[in-house]
Parts: sequence; structure tokens; C-alpha cells
Amino acid sequence: MIKSVLVINTQGKPRLTKFYDILTVEKQQELLRSVFGVLCSRADNVSNFVEAESIFGPDSRLVYKHYATLYFVIVFDSSENELAMLDLIQVFVETLDKCFRNVSELDIVFNYSKLHNILDGIIFGGQVMETSSAEIIRAVEEISKLEAASNSISLVPKTVSGWRSR
Amino acid sequence: MASPSLMDSLFQRSLDDIIKGLRHQQSTESTFISKVIEEIRREIKTTDLQTKSTALQKLTYLNSIHSIDMSWASFHAIECISSPAFAHKKIGYLAISQSFNESTPVILLISNQLRKDLNSGNEFEVSLALDCLSRIGTVDLCRDLTSEVFTLMSTSKVFVRKKAVGVVFRLFEKYPDAVRVCFKRLVESLESSDSQILSAVVGVFCELASKDPRSYLPLAPEFYRILVGSRNNWVLIKVLKIFANLAPLEPRLAKRVVEPICDHLRKTGAKSMVFECIRTVATSFTEYESAVKLAAVKIREFLLEDDPNLKYLGLHGLSIMAPKHLWAVLENKDVVIQSLSDEDPNIKLESLCLVMAMVSESNVVEICRVLVNYALKSDLEFCNEILGSILSTCCQNVYEIITDFDWYVSLLGEMSRIPHCQKGEEIENQLIDIGMRVKDVRPELVRVGHHLLIDPALLGNPYLHRMLSAAAWVCGEYVEFSGNPVELLEALLQPRTSLLPSSIRTVYMQSAFKVLFFCVCTYIEQKEDMTLEVSDLTSKGECSESSDLASAKAPVACDQDEGFNPRNSSQSYEDPSVVNGGHGHVSTSAFMEETSFTRESIVKLVNLMELSLCPLSGSYDVEIQERARNALGFIELVKRDILSRLLRKEANSESEDVCASTIVEWLHDAFYEDLGPVSITAQERVLIPDELVLKENLADLEAICGNVELTSSCSFSLRSPYYGESAGVSFSNHQVEEDSEPSTEATSLLTEHRRRHELYYLPSEKNETITTANDYAPATITIANDYPPANYPSSGINTNDDSQDLVTLTNQSLLPKRKPNYAKPRPVVVKLDEGDAAPVTAKKPEVKGDLLSGAIRDILNEAKPASSQSNPSDKSSIKKKGKEKLNVDLSDSKEDLAVREQPNPENPSSRRSKHRGHGKEKSKKSQREEGWGWKGRWW
Repeated sequence: MIKSVLVINTQGKPRLTKFYDILTVEKQQELLRSVFGVLCSRADNVSNFVEAESIFGPDSRLVYKHYATLYFVIVFDSSENELAMLDLIQVFVETLDKCFRNVSELDIVFNYSKLHNILDGIIFGGQVMETSSAEIIRAVEEISKLEAASNSISLVPKTVSGWRSR
Repeated sequence: MASPSLMDSLFQRSLDDIIKGLRHQQSTESTFISKVIEEIRREIKTTDLQTKSTALQKLTYLNSIHSIDMSWASFHAIECISSPAFAHKKIGYLAISQSFNESTPVILLISNQLRKDLNSGNEFEVSLALDCLSRIGTVDLCRDLTSEVFTLMSTSKVFVRKKAVGVVFRLFEKYPDAVRVCFKRLVESLESSDSQILSAVVGVFCELASKDPRSYLPLAPEFYRILVGSRNNWVLIKVLKIFANLAPLEPRLAKRVVEPICDHLRKTGAKSMVFECIRTVATSFTEYESAVKLAAVKIREFLLEDDPNLKYLGLHGLSIMAPKHLWAVLENKDVVIQSLSDEDPNIKLESLCLVMAMVSESNVVEICRVLVNYALKSDLEFCNEILGSILSTCCQNVYEIITDFDWYVSLLGEMSRIPHCQKGEEIENQLIDIGMRVKDVRPELVRVGHHLLIDPALLGNPYLHRMLSAAAWVCGEYVEFSGNPVELLEALLQPRTSLLPSSIRTVYMQSAFKVLFFCVCTYIEQKEDMTLEVSDLTSKGECSESSDLASAKAPVACDQDEGFNPRNSSQSYEDPSVVNGGHGHVSTSAFMEETSFTRESIVKLVNLMELSLCPLSGSYDVEIQERARNALGFIELVKRDILSRLLRKEANSESEDVCASTIVEWLHDAFYEDLGPVSITAQERVLIPDELVLKENLADLEAICGNVELTSSCSFSLRSPYYGESAGVSFSNHQVEEDSEPSTEATSLLTEHRRRHELYYLPSEKNETITTANDYAPATITIANDYPPANYPSSGINTNDDSQDLVTLTNQSLLPKRKPNYAKPRPVVVKLDEGDAAPVTAKKPEVKGDLLSGAIRDILNEAKPASSQSNPSDKSSIKKKGKEKLNVDLSDSKEDLAVREQPNPENPSSRRSKHRGHGKEKSKKSQREEGWGWKGRWW
């Protein structure tokens, strides 16, 4: 079971947080802070695993990957394989890269909703559901189409950016 | 509140606007956010769903990225999911799964909407609802929606079906009755040819089996088929995890699957798969030598990789293997030891664990020496990891691997001096524990404690205060071994002790009091010995009536007229404990320098004590104040009575002398009773007195106290056989004393108490065997005059070739000769029978999910007879399927049948849960085999 997926930038700002257990906002914030505290103290050429039981409680492991200005973190328990989770981060990032063509932190900042669509395409309720990025992208595009279709029903876009983008 | 103005609703800020705004106003982020929240609160109340959902989206974003509370918007989220527009629905569902929990009041309101969306023709809407259910599903929601999920599990749309399968886990977890509805379909899904469905269903079974593996044993054939048939690594990894849980329950299953696992291990190219196979073998297939060997080879490959991840996992695999197959660690010890200086903290830690796993009785001294040197060079964190693991390894099973306690105690002292050391608390526990358990090591303990106490630098490190507290206590308690009590007292009273927290300061004060008292006692006795007439006084506490002994002693004392005779005095100190406890030590004085206290030195000590404690008698801390006053009271007494009187050389008025020394003796008795460790189960062994009438409503207490085992009467008399061993010292007075009424109150009370409650007094033993509860033969401890000096490991040792050292050291544990010849035998370590020390074996937590497993067993029981009976009248699809499988399996497991017949009667327990019922019904053996169902056939 995957407990959490986090994307944090190197300054400690969260870019995406997904907790598959129900946690209070305060607890989430605390976890984010401790995870970042551990990650930022690690050198670059060391292993991608971090002792997580002190942060997330018993039977939890943490694997992360550092891409440019972002840390991608997955927290999981003994029902998952460490290297497979590392692969999963790879799948996630590859998918992002294909979606945004050379993904950068800005893409992630400004595409909050799409980011969730992608992640939900990969992980469902804490379980890995899909690992092929082509399939994930297909589903994400379908969802975007649906969203666009339902938005176009309201003929006059109300938001400022909606006006602008016309 | 005022309705939103036209401007507001026309020009609502979108999420992108918020994000941009936040990026540009970083300095005043919080004010910007609170402004936005205000806007959101206004916007979200509108009836226009477009505006509402945008507001909710912004709030959801702020909640997940900036930790803004959004529980107040839960109703608005529900409004959004009921929108016909997909975009609104999506925003609503995201908000719900992010912010709802069991106690959200409106959660029940989403039940209908969820049902509607689950029945939707749009697979993405269904997917949204399923995702929401998997995240926040409560008991009620799961109950209400079970049938919808059941329908979706057989839909033709893979995209939906896999998620429906995935949500089943949540359903089962929250609402076990869902098993009756969905389980068959879940099992059927194992047959699916679609790898996505298979992945989902195997994932669910992996979760289920990790909680209660036994219930899923009957499904082993299905999993086996996937194990040999699937080519999808995600699926295989989950199946391996399932088998890791199932195999220990059923040896025949293990036998059957070990080969396919090894096959995967040999063939697969994926590292994740390799590692999973290694882990599976190392945890659940430890009996299969060839598999373990293969796994060890693969581990070796991991260890030689450059990738730190693989190296770490290789080491991790080794440490899983270590408890049962230490050879695998030893084979790789070069890499392990090299990794100790790796830059990666994970790798360092893992290799530290492995090094500690290699520690044995024969190499513990050297390995610890090398590790302590490593610790000196390491950073703070790793240094403490090293110290922590040394401490925990050495104290395992009551210091099982320690033979030379002198060495160990001095190692503890050395560890305390490492600048990074933060293990004061653990060192404290061990110092005191060893002090109480191992009599022979007390002199060394006092020596080490003394050195720690006189070091003013240690007082500055708050992490070490606890350790210092132990050192102070040990030195006070066993002060008779101290070579230099004067220095000790000065150390305990040094001004820097003000740095200590008050709780520890009181320990210091109490110890100082004991030390001073010891000095005064010694001084008095020395005076008395000199003046000869005191022989009756000296032994007054012990043997007032055995004057023959006293007079026998007198000449001895007389011989050494001027000098203080420590041996004599300390022996008499020990006497009361011999009387009381049936044991005592006589080795004390060997370590005491031949110091004598002059009047001046005593006065100096008393003055020093008075000077340091006087200011504390007004302390705000009650403990400190009390101890200071106690000590000052004693000083008062000593000053006025003893010093002035003894000054006059001769006690001209004997009665007054008696008065003074009686007090001293009382105190003496109070202090010199040995403290020992007490079993945590001691209370249980109290025999219920006959006259105690238990009320009826307390009758069930009987069950708790019932297992009290008592043979108290025999223990006291067992003492005599050991007397012979108390080498050379005259103990002839014991017999007399045992019967005679001891003169001092304290002693007599203690003796009486001990006589009556011998049970909870600690035994001490001569031999190495562990004392059992009933075996209370008290033992005396031999004189250890010939104790070899402690080998203080020199810290300045050149550490360049540490790794080389470790390599050679760990070699030793391979040697058959485990116990090298030691100069002296391992000292007695007092052990309590049960409940002593923490049990080393980790207990597997009992799984609670009774409801769930019960339900699943029911289902499987239902399915099984159908599958095994040759009666084809059953119509349900699952049952037919079972039968087909039966036929298939029969063909490929012929050879197993023969093997299976034999273990059958011997090994009924493993299959008791599900099959007993069927087995009973059929009396003939052949029929019973049928009753075992798939499983029996298959194996």
C-alpha cells in the first residue's frame, strides 16, 4: 500500500501532496516538514531510501528521487517493493515529461489539476493501477476533453484568464 | 452576507490567478492567502456552480499546498459533485477525498450521489466515484455501495473494472460482510487474462494476505498459476509477497513454490524482481539450502554493484538472512566492513547491523574496540548509532556474550568519554544493572565511576548526566571498593555539580553522604581497633552476644596497631549481609589502599561536606533540601559526638560512645544491605495466606494468582554447602549469628523479613547456570584478589587498519572453538528466571480482523466442498470452475499424491481451520482426501 506521494521543491515548498490515509492538515504539514528536513540533508550520490518509521510510524518506508529542483517522494509499507517504487517515480516523471514536453517545476506549479489527474491514473487508493505512461496519458487526455466539454456549456467564461485566453 | 456584486461574479479569480499571485507576492503570502480565502468564502456561496467549483478548486489547492483548513466547505463540495458537468464533479470529488474523514457530518449525504455516479455510463465519472470511495469509504458508505461495486467488478470496461477490484479492499476492510457478495468475483478475477485486472486483484490479495494469511491458503493454487505463468513483474512481486506470507503456514506449499521462485531468481533481469525473490527466500524459505545459497549469490551481485541503492538493498537482504544463515554474512564480510565507512548513511547503518550480527563471545572485545574507534571518527549521528548498537548487542539476554565484565565496564566508561556520546541513559541503566547483577565487577565499576566523576568536563554534556548519576550511585553504593574515598567525595561535591538537574544532584548528594559515612565509619573502627577495648563495639552490630568471636578478633586488630586495617573492617561490614542474605563478599578490601584516616582528614572531609551542602539546605527543590538537611544533621552528630569524644583517645564514658556509634551502626545497617535486581514477576510469586478470605466477587483473581509456585522453605537452609567456597575467610560466626538475635533492629527486621519472604529476595549463584524461581541457593562470592587488572582499551590506537582488523576478527566466529581460554572464568551474573530483560524475539502482532477473516473462511469453505465433490449438481459458476480445476490439477500432481499421504496424519494442524469440518464427515481415508479439496489435490 502506498501511503503518500509528495513533490517538494529544493526550498521545501510542497508542489503536490497526496496522502492515502486520512490525516489532519496539521499532521500533513508536520510530515512534509520532517520529510524535507531529511531529504535536504542528504548528498546527491547516496541511495534513494530513507528511514521513515520515525516520521510515518511503523512499517513505512520512503523512497525519493531528486530531479532538478524537485524531490519526488513515495511513502509505502511492506506490501510494496522498494525498487518498484523507484520505478514508479520514474513512470510518474516520464509521464509528466511527455504531458508537458520537457517538464519543469513551473509546469508542475501551474498544472495542479492535471498533475492530480496523472497521479490518480497511476495510483488508485494507495495501489498501483497503471504503469504504462502511454495509457496514463490517454486517460488524462480523455479527462481533459471531458472537462473542456463540460466547461464550454457555460458559454461565457467568467474568469479573467478565461477571457484572456480566448 | 451581501450577495456577490456583479464585478465579483464576472471577474472571479481562477486557480492560475491565485498561483501567479502567490508567486509574485511572496513577502506577504499569508495576507494574500487570507484575502483569497475571504473571496473564496464569498464565491463559494453562490448558486452558480461554475463560480462555486472554481472557488472550491482554489480552496482545495490552498489546502493541499498551503495547509489551509477546508473542512468548513464540505457541503459545497457535495454540491459540486452533484453538478452534471464533469469538470465540477471532478473538482468536488478531489475536494472530498482530500478533506473528508469519518467524522465529517455531511459524509452520508454523498452516498446517493456516489451510487448515481457508479451507475453512470461515463467511465471517468465512475472512476471518480470509485476513487473517492477508496479514499474515504466509511462503514456506511461501503455497506450502501457494495452491490454497485459488485456489478462493476464484471464490467467489460477494463478501466473501470480494475478500479472496482481495487476498491474491494476498502470494502472488505470497512464492511466485512461485503466478502459474501464480492469474494467469489474477486477470486474469479484471478483468472483474468488482462494484466491490469490481474495486477489489481493480486494487489488486493497481497494486502489481505498480509493481515491474515491463513484464510488465503486455499487460494494457493491460483497464486501458483500466476507465479509460473505471469510475465508481469508488478504482478509477480505481489504474488511473491503473498507466498512469503503463506509459505510459513504450510510446509508442503513452501516445497512446491520454492523451485519456481528460484527459477525467477535465476532468469529475471529486473532488479526489483531479483530483490523480491531474495527477500522472499530470506524470510520464508530459510529451510531450503539451495534457494538460500542462490539468494546469497544474488546478494553478492548486489553488493558488488556501484549503485548505492542496490548495495543498500543487498546489505538489507543480508541482515534479513543473518539470524538463520550467518554464513552468508560472513562470506561477504569484506564488503560489509568496507561499507562501514561508506558515505551513504543507509549503507553505514545496515553494515553496522551486520557487523553486530557477527559479534560472538570470542570477538566481542576486539569488535567493540574497533567500533568505538570508528565512533570517535564518525559524525554525531552515526557515532550514536554505533554506541547504541554496541550497548544493545552487549546487554542482550543479560549480557550473554560478555565474559570479561571488567573490560565491559571500562568500555562503558570509555564510551561516555566520546565527545558525541548521547547514550547517557542507556549507559546509566547498564552501569546500575551490572552493579547489581555482577558482584565481581564492582571494584572495577567503582574505579570507572570514580574516573568519570572526577572529570569535570563530563558535567558539561547534558546527555551524560544520566550516566553520571549512575556513576555517582555506584560509587556511593559500593564505596567500600573505592581506592580513594576522599577524592571521590571531592568529586561528588565539586562546584560544577550545579550544572546537573536537581534529580541527579540528589543522587550525587546521597552518594556523597554514603561516602562520608563510610569514611567516618572506617575512622571510628580504626580508632576502636587501636584502642583495643572496642572489639565488642566493632562487632556489636553483628554479634553482640558472641563475645568469643570479638575477642578472637581483637588480637588481629591489635597486630596492626597504628594502621587502619581495611580488610578487617570491611569484612565486618559484610557480615550483616551474610547474615541476612546468606551471601556476602569478602573481596572488598583488596582494592582499598592502605589508607588511614587521621582526625584531620576526617575533619577536613566533614567540613568540606558541610561547606558544600549548607547553601543547599535552603534550596527550592525539596529533594535537594531534604538530602542536604539529612547530611547536615549527620555531620552535626559526627562533629559533636564522635570526633570530640574520640579525640580524647580513650572512651572514658562508654555509655556515650555506645550512643554515638549505635547511630552509626544503624545507618551502617541501612546502607550495607545489598540491593539487587528484582524480577518483574516477583509479585506474582506471593503465596496467598491461608487466613486471607477472599470475597466471592474477587474469586476470579484466583486465576491470576493460581500459577504461583512455591518451595520457599527449602531455600534458606541450602546455604551451608557454599560456605566452603568462601575461601579462607573465617565465617565460623555465621552459624552462631543465624540463631542468635541480631542486636540491631534494622538487621533483625531485615533478617526476619527475608526469612519470611525469601522468595522475592534475589538469589545469587556460584555457577553459570541460570537461576530458576525455585532454586534459591544463595552463594558466596570468591575472593578476587588475583583479579587481573582491567584492560583499558587505549583510545589512541591507530585506526587506519580498522577494517583489516574487523575482517580478521570476524573470522574468529567461524572457528569451531568458540570459547577461548580466559584468565578467569566468567563471573556470576544474577539472572531472574522469567520476565527478565526484554524478550529478544520480536512478537508478531496479533491480527484482529476477525470479522473479515471469518467471513472469508466461510466463503472459502463454501466453495471448497463443491470443488472437491464429484457431484455435478452444483450450478453456481464458481463451483463448476472449482471442479474443472480439480480435474486439471489431478493430472499434474500425481507424484505429489504419494508424498502427501504420509504427512497427512502427522500434520493436521496446518489445515485445521478450513478443512476439519469436511474431514470429519468422511470416515474413509480416500474420501477424506477428497475433502481436503483443491488444496489436497494440488499438493
